[in-house]
Amino acid sequence: MFDPINAIAQWLAKLLAGWGLSSGLVNLILTLLGVVVVASFVLIVDIFLVWVERKVVARFQDRLGPNRLGPFGLIQPLADIIKLLIKEDITPVGADKVVYNLAPILALATVLMLWAVIPFAPTMLGADLNVGVLYIVAVGAVGTLGIIMAGWASNNKYALLGAMRTVALTIAYEVPMVISLLVPVILARSMSIHQIVNMQTIWYIVAAPLAAAIFLISAIAELGRAPFDLAEAESEIVAGFHIEYTGMKFGLFYAGELLHALTMGALFASLFMGGWRGPFVEQAPILGVLYLFLKAMFIYWVIMWVKYSLPRVRIDHMLNFNWKFLTPLALAVVMLTALADKALVEFGVSAGSLSYSLSMLAVNLLIGWITLSLLRSYARIERRRVAAPRPAASPEYSGVAKS
Amino acid sequence: MTPLQIIFILVAAMTLGAGLMVVTARNLVHSALWLILALFGVAIVYVLLQAGFLAVVQVVIYIGAIAILMIFAIMLTRNIATESGPRFSENWSWALVIALVLFGTLAWMLSGWEGIAAQAPAISPRFDTVRELGLALVSPDGFVLAFEVASVLLLAALIGALVIAWDRR
Amino acid sequence: MIPLSWLLFFAAALFCIGLYGVLARKNAIAILMGIELMLNAVNVNLVAFWRYRTPEIMAGQVFAVIVFAVAAAEVAVGLALFISVYRRRKTIAADEIDMMKW
Repeated sequence: MFDPINAIAQWLAKLLAGWGLSSGLVNLILTLLGVVVVASFVLIVDIFLVWVERKVVARFQDRLGPNRLGPFGLIQPLADIIKLLIKEDITPVGADKVVYNLAPILALATVLMLWAVIPFAPTMLGADLNVGVLYIVAVGAVGTLGIIMAGWASNNKYALLGAMRTVALTIAYEVPMVISLLVPVILARSMSIHQIVNMQTIWYIVAAPLAAAIFLISAIAELGRAPFDLAEAESEIVAGFHIEYTGMKFGLFYAGELLHALTMGALFASLFMGGWRGPFVEQAPILGVLYLFLKAMFIYWVIMWVKYSLPRVRIDHMLNFNWKFLTPLALAVVMLTALADKALVEFGVSAGSLSYSLSMLAVNLLIGWITLSLLRSYARIERRRVAAPRPAASPEYSGVAKS
Repeated sequence: MTPLQIIFILVAAMTLGAGLMVVTARNLVHSALWLILALFGVAIVYVLLQAGFLAVVQVVIYIGAIAILMIFAIMLTRNIATESGPRFSENWSWALVIALVLFGTLAWMLSGWEGIAAQAPAISPRFDTVRELGLALVSPDGFVLAFEVASVLLLAALIGALVIAWDRR
Repeated sequence: MIPLSWLLFFAAALFCIGLYGVLARKNAIAILMGIELMLNAVNVNLVAFWRYRTPEIMAGQVFAVIVFAVAAAEVAVGLALFISVYRRRKTIAADEIDMMKW
């Protein structure tokens, strides 16, 4: 079994114990080291995400993207960082200084905190919380706080508008997200992400495709990426909540946004696509890290694909979509999943087996079909309503002169 | 003193300090931000008491929903966020006396109670508190009635909030 | 292990701070914040008693969960009320909202 990380950890533990330190202190030092290693590894990945993002968007828009600095333009993000570092660091006169400077730190720190519960490999995980799934939601809530603090402390009306939109958006989309997260919890009978990955001999995207789709949509909304990027809609409110931020403070928001997208990819991979699972991972656990990042990058690419293909949604449409479509659908999915699970276990089909997954897939397809036919009849009514002839201007239709 | 006790003292001091700032800060948004710190401190206290589920739910509900809604409401009622008038009503001195007297009474009663020195019984690692909490909430011989009443209350609050905030023209 | 008395004194102090906020502040939202502090103090007590007296019976944690639900409901209705009042009176100072009907 080839497992270099744990081997290094054990060697270090022996070395420190040899210096006469108590076991509690050794554990503390090793935990701190682990935190530093994970955080810096993730942040180094983050630097190259800038390059990935720019390359991919260039391809989507039929351009080449950065290609001057280094092979394939790989040094470009470092040049970007130097540029951000030497820019003038401005704090607006009317700003609330402490809150203003705290906001970007909070925005990036909450994203890093999410990595604490993601299992990298069968033997490598930060913390095996028995409430891991809820922890994700909690950390996401604190991340929203960073954006609100930025918007309020900037003392700028556009920033405030961006922050207000963020609140409406995240509080609304948190509801279907939490509900869709319950589906893998039902399937794995545990809220610990480590346990959920362990149970996925068959990926949960097979047994719960609808929950996966709902989670992905609400994750994009929580990220504030297009088509849900109303918090920083440049054609309406200039740059939204980070309008006043310059230099590295803006850089922290930018890095946080990119890393958040990859983190959501890693979470999606862990919850629905088997996390570190892949061939030969039992023999060499270090391969799990590679598999996890490959899957996370795939989801990151899907998020980018959505971002650069769809136009921005209007705010009332967005809230309608959440409350009138996603939330009822998520509720239906979680209820029917629980019912089907109970029935299947009653009939002697063990959870996690192939027939179990296929039956769950059938249930999901049924819900999807019903949803689509409901949507089609709704669209027909809507088309008829829009197509109906009506006068161009009339007090009856304008809605202003009603009272 | 064990490390646990040192952590508790630090967290308690942080929470109480933040609580004091909540009730004395001039700027309402600052009050709300201090409130978030105080609520976070209470969440850490839950962790120290081995109630991890409650700690996470505390962060989700109190910080993720309640505190953020409060900041939202403060922004909507904007000109009061930085009001220049007095932040305390004229009977604040009486409030201070009542609060201090209540604390004194509580402290006196607590120190006279013989159960104060109780030691925490160990929880066996096989006793999964999250699982037990879930069972207690929905099993008929547990607290299913209270659970249902709470959900009806939430529904009533949802409808009530809609009706109250509805802008009738 | 943390002595039970520390937790109880901590909760009592937090409760009294919240009570002071409720009684002394003018702004209605600030009063609501004081109420939240008091509810949290009660929750700390509930969880502390659960941990130190009956860790095998989950009643304390269940009560705490119900308090969470009640607090959320209270904030939703309370803030809706304040926004409604603000729309009509342009103030939410508690001592200026003194008419039964307007």
